[in-house]
Amino acid sequence: MGTSVFYFVATLSVVFALMVVFAKNPIHSVLYLILTFFTFTVHYVLLNAQFLAVVNFIVYMGAIMVLFLFVLMLLNLNKDNEPNKSALLKIVGIIAGGCLVVTLIGSLKSVAIANPLVLKNPNLGLVENLGKELFGPFMLPFELSSLLLLSAMVGAVLLTKKEEKANG
Amino acid sequence: MGIDFVIEKFILVIALFAISLLIAMYSTYAERKVAAFLQDRLGPDRAGPFGILQPLADGVKMFMKEEIIPANANKWLFMVGPGLAMLCACIGTAVIPWGQDMMVGDRLVKLQVTDINVGLLYIFGVISLGVYGVMIGGWASNNKYSLLSAIRAASQNISYEIAMGLSIIALLLVTNSLSLREIVAQQHGWHWNVIYQPLGFIIFMVCAFAETNRAPFDLPECEAELNGGYHMEYSSMKLGFYLFAEYINMFVSSTVMAALYFGGYNYPGMDYMATVLGPTWAPLFGTLIFFLKIFAFIFFFMWVRWTIPRFRYDQLMNLGWKGLIPLAIANIVITGIVIAIVNKF
Repeated sequence: MGTSVFYFVATLSVVFALMVVFAKNPIHSVLYLILTFFTFTVHYVLLNAQFLAVVNFIVYMGAIMVLFLFVLMLLNLNKDNEPNKSALLKIVGIIAGGCLVVTLIGSLKSVAIANPLVLKNPNLGLVENLGKELFGPFMLPFELSSLLLLSAMVGAVLLTKKEEKANG
Repeated sequence: MGIDFVIEKFILVIALFAISLLIAMYSTYAERKVAAFLQDRLGPDRAGPFGILQPLADGVKMFMKEEIIPANANKWLFMVGPGLAMLCACIGTAVIPWGQDMMVGDRLVKLQVTDINVGLLYIFGVISLGVYGVMIGGWASNNKYSLLSAIRAASQNISYEIAMGLSIIALLLVTNSLSLREIVAQQHGWHWNVIYQPLGFIIFMVCAFAETNRAPFDLPECEAELNGGYHMEYSSMKLGFYLFAEYINMFVSSTVMAALYFGGYNYPGMDYMATVLGPTWAPLFGTLIFFLKIFAFIFFFMWVRWTIPRFRYDQLMNLGWKGLIPLAIANIVITGIVIAIVNKF
């Protein structure tokens, strides 16, 4: 049953992801992106990574996508004021996209699907085990990444402050 | 997992759904009665004795009204908005433990739909999803005031979610568990979390007011500035859904506050009552106590609405970012230090 559910949800993810790209209206794009993230949440649940699932749910669906929607609503983009893309830009886009596809295929080719990686502890995704891992062997990288986020936040606050000073 | 398990959960889900809707329905009546009481009026008293049939009359009115979809609205999203608001309001109650395990005949019945080990985060996720109904509805109406209201709702929800999350972290330091079942079970008797986390509770409560768009934080529905708010273009039952979702949200947040900080189904002297009432009726009595606490919170929501005037938007943002968030962080640090000291000795 697990496999068929996976294939069903995976198909949905791909369809919604394609809809993000093909939707004409940017707001529709964001809404499809939210649905894509929801299918990712289901994938995490299927992988028994409940904490990651619920964090994906809260952070990506609940916070980041709300901000996306917020900004798009403020910008009020529509077809009339969409900038015309020149042929050169389109060609460059195709080449860049092609490079990405080749890189992805190249990296996925080396993955041996025949003998998949098996976790020693299948319950690693539960909150308790994940917390012990993060604050045990991975303490330093975890703290460093949080420092990185903090510095980014301070930078963002500083950028808004600068403008204020120039005005006053 | 037999058929009896499925039937048991099915009954529980139906009962929860019915109770949520019933309580939301009578919250509209209670709100008007409480407003009348606080303003020294009578309130609705025409339909039935004491106006007790008023919610039914309101419901019939909502259904019978003409349904208008604005010509320039995005039709599909216009319909999705209220549905989404209602859906997010209704799925929150699934992880709440409504009572202790109950004996029915010789069968042990759990008064909880599902106990996931990240239950608290699930509630938090559902709350953060609730804003989509407002945002999509406000945008799809294709009306400037609705859009402004939707944007207000979004920024308000995001700002207060942070402080709410931080107050929950301090609570987690005390409880050591994310499962709502365990959190409530730990508060046996009078060991309610509000005693250990008074500041956390106050922060959580203020944020709950903001997340449910209730006064004094009902800026998305600020009729003086916005002509009505995100549901301005809505009519008939779609408008009813939005208004109804607000009351269900109020019920759910009252439930969460009662469960997290006020002991849920626990009450002083419950061990004595358990010996008197036996294993079937004692848990139900606990559930009754739980609902009394929930009603007290709902009354508090209404009391505040008719007491404190609406905030200005910059005041709201200042309170959220410069008041509640630093306070919540200080709460986490102090809680951590106290726990470390207590564990040491």
